[in-house]
Amino acid sequence: MSEAPAGQSPPKLAERPMSPYVSVWRWHLTMAVSIMHRVTGVALYGAALILAGWALALAAGPDAYDRFRLIVGSPLGKLALIGITFSLFYHLANGVRHLVWDFGSGFQLKTADLTAAAVVAFAALATLGVWIVAGATGGLA
Amino acid sequence: MSGYRTALGRVRGLGSAKHGVGGFIAQRVSAAALVLLTLWGVYAALNLTRANYATAVIWMHAPLNAILMALLIAVGVFHMRIGLAEVILDYIERPTTKAALLTLNLFVAWLAGAVGVFSVLKVALSSGVY
Repeated sequence: MSEAPAGQSPPKLAERPMSPYVSVWRWHLTMAVSIMHRVTGVALYGAALILAGWALALAAGPDAYDRFRLIVGSPLGKLALIGITFSLFYHLANGVRHLVWDFGSGFQLKTADLTAAAVVAFAALATLGVWIVAGATGGLA
Repeated sequence: MSGYRTALGRVRGLGSAKHGVGGFIAQRVSAAALVLLTLWGVYAALNLTRANYATAVIWMHAPLNAILMALLIAVGVFHMRIGLAEVILDYIERPTTKAALLTLNLFVAWLAGAVGVFSVLKVALSSGVY
């Protein structure tokens, strides 16, 4: 970059809206829900790899499949599955919220707060529901 | 009037070469498909929790199960590739690191997709339990 000639003031920077830096913004619901969308998305990246691993284990034969079930059925495996279940329902519900936004509606602050809370509530309840069903049908055994 | 300008001219001058929105649209179209596919995936997972190897193979022999599972994996890795690329573009500034991570992301996603879909087809098209 060349220096500005003497006697000439540097060009003024336009005042444009800034990205919401975590360090300068007070935490609020819509912000947390937005950040969680990205976090759950990355978690689901791992889930997709586990799903591909499941298919691979099934294709590899009975021994590999039993080993896969042993790992996923372990306490740590179940904990991961619960996290994946929540991530899936969360990312699904908030993804639908984003799709509605793409059509230009739902941006009012009240509406955005309400749908944000609804996303968290849905994800929690759906996760609970799935694991109750899994427990009732012997999936937790 | 824009018809007289080449793609290079558009990039050098004002505006894009009309490709920038591709990833944006692909992400949303695949999201719409995944709304249905993942809900089915949860239902499938609940059905398979108790299944041993033989039961799971028989389950995969049903064409609808095999087709939807292959679609779930394929559309899933397609969607997640774009999503993680967005994360990398947001947080990684160094051009070489950025390019390396974007390439790794592409390789991992396509490898997972190839492994997953091939495995589903192998089980679905195999004759009986071995």
